[in-house]
Amino acid sequence: MIIKWIYVLPIILFLIALLGVLVKRNLIKIIISLTIMEYATFLFFALIGYRKGGMPPIEVEGVKSTIFVDPLPQALVLTAIVIGLATTSLLVAIAVRIYQKYGTFDIEKIKKLKG
Amino acid sequence: MNLLPIFIALPLLGAFILSLIRQKRVGDVLANLINLSLFIISLLLLRYGNLVYKIGGWQPVNGIPIGIYWVKDGLSTLMLVIVNFVALLSTIFSINYMERFTDKNRYYCLFLLMLLGMNGVILAGDMFNLFVFLEISAIASYSLVAFGTESEELEAAFKYQVMGTIASSFILFGIALLYSLTGTLNMADMASVIHNASFNIHNGKFLIFVCGLFIAGFGMKGAIMPFHAWLPDAHPSAPAPISAMLSGVLIKVLGIYTISRVIFNIFGLTPMLSNLLMVLGSLSIIAGAILAIGQNDFKRLLAYSSISQVGYIILGLGLGTPLGILGGLLHLLNHSVFKSLLFLNSGAVEYATDNRDLRKMGGLNKKMPVTGTTNFIASMSIAGVPPFNGFWSKLLIILACILTGHFWFAIWAIIGSIITLAYYLKVQKYAFFGTLKKEWEKIKEVPNFMRLSMIILAILCTIMGLLLIPQLREIFLSPGVEVLRNGLQYINNLGL
Repeated sequence: MIIKWIYVLPIILFLIALLGVLVKRNLIKIIISLTIMEYATFLFFALIGYRKGGMPPIEVEGVKSTIFVDPLPQALVLTAIVIGLATTSLLVAIAVRIYQKYGTFDIEKIKKLKG
Repeated sequence: MNLLPIFIALPLLGAFILSLIRQKRVGDVLANLINLSLFIISLLLLRYGNLVYKIGGWQPVNGIPIGIYWVKDGLSTLMLVIVNFVALLSTIFSINYMERFTDKNRYYCLFLLMLLGMNGVILAGDMFNLFVFLEISAIASYSLVAFGTESEELEAAFKYQVMGTIASSFILFGIALLYSLTGTLNMADMASVIHNASFNIHNGKFLIFVCGLFIAGFGMKGAIMPFHAWLPDAHPSAPAPISAMLSGVLIKVLGIYTISRVIFNIFGLTPMLSNLLMVLGSLSIIAGAILAIGQNDFKRLLAYSSISQVGYIILGLGLGTPLGILGGLLHLLNHSVFKSLLFLNSGAVEYATDNRDLRKMGGLNKKMPVTGTTNFIASMSIAGVPPFNGFWSKLLIILACILTGHFWFAIWAIIGSIITLAYYLKVQKYAFFGTLKKEWEKIKEVPNFMRLSMIILAILCTIMGLLLIPQLREIFLSPGVEVLRNGLQYINNLGL
């Protein structure tokens, strides 16, 4: 049963991060929450590919194993991490420019847009 | 020869070259040539039926697809034509308009990356590629919204990106769950696994959860009503040609196209999903229209209007009848044309007067006849006044509502249309009619290239109702309607 419940953990992490995005008032903390949210998704993706007692899916001469872990999610997570890096760096760049303009990271004070 | 890779390869090559070049004129010519050739190739694709391109030539093993597939069917062709068309006119407009900004070639570079992402989303045949291309176009659009680097633009871009990243996480989570349920990423293969009799009931409950994740994620990207909060900030902050791209095609490709692919072609339209889409659609229609009335910023009003018009498309598609889908797709085409025209108009006004506040304008018709006339045509089209294109698509959607017995939705749609007329008359009255204010005595009509793209779009606004003539409908709209009506025929793409 423990193997089933382990899938719930990334979902809990995801929800914690979502809460962080919604309640935090500091731009940098929002960015950190978004990163945690992405990582929760990656963790979930990697767990899907896991098989109990599984081997890496590489054929080695003389070693016989019938259970392999699923390699596809690992490849996908690598791609998704690269995308996540691009997102985070752009967010940080914009946050730095916002700091130069407004002199603060507090989103209560950053509100020139309205309507 | 298979033409599909050109849609990804050509803009990618162009973006790479443009990021190295410094001369402005070379950038203008190159970006316009690339977009022109993409538009011509997308028109050529209308002649073909369904096409599948297998990257690296990986053939299916025992009928199970491996590797990355790009699929072109009726709906993708329709979307490719309209996306590349609006992109072409936006780059023509940019030649003069973007002189206001410093680094024009970086702008074209990001523009082409966004276009590449959208083309990729339209052609993607598996869920993960769809996600990757979606992120490419989304990241390019975040940086384009912040392109002016003024305080409002940065703030809007940050807000937009936070919402966009949450949406992407939802989508990726949904893809992960769907992969664990079906064991495949290819969309056609997914559909065949889900609709196989051996797919058990227990998994069905998970599918509803996955569907919810996708509707929340793609809905956030497409600014459907409860998820719309970022759009009125982000779209007005971008440079005008980018606003035209974002409101005209980006929210449709990332929101509506992806939702309809997932719901119609993978899950299959159930009555529950159909009702959900219709309710979301009519909510967007009314709320977007009511919020738009109170706006005094020209571009902000247009952005709220986008939310309202996207509601019509969702309502039409959600009905699921051939007439409703036809109306929805026609409204998608029409909205791309007149909303890009309206945003280009707002850009022209901003170019001439350096002002976006409607209350400070007045009598601009006397000084800017081309902008005024094209804006009048676009306003009448979007409000649904008879000879113009918006009338026909709204008529089809409302008729489809009545024919299926959904009178309340029809009434909502009509009320939304009346409110739309009201706030576009407000734009006309405040900005273009009336007496010319003294401070605008010296303004001039905008340069030639900006005029050219506005005139082309205005002509299309007047004649696009002709797409309903059977001969033209068979070429443009019917293949797309067929894809959504017989959604599960998508499985047959595996055999190509």
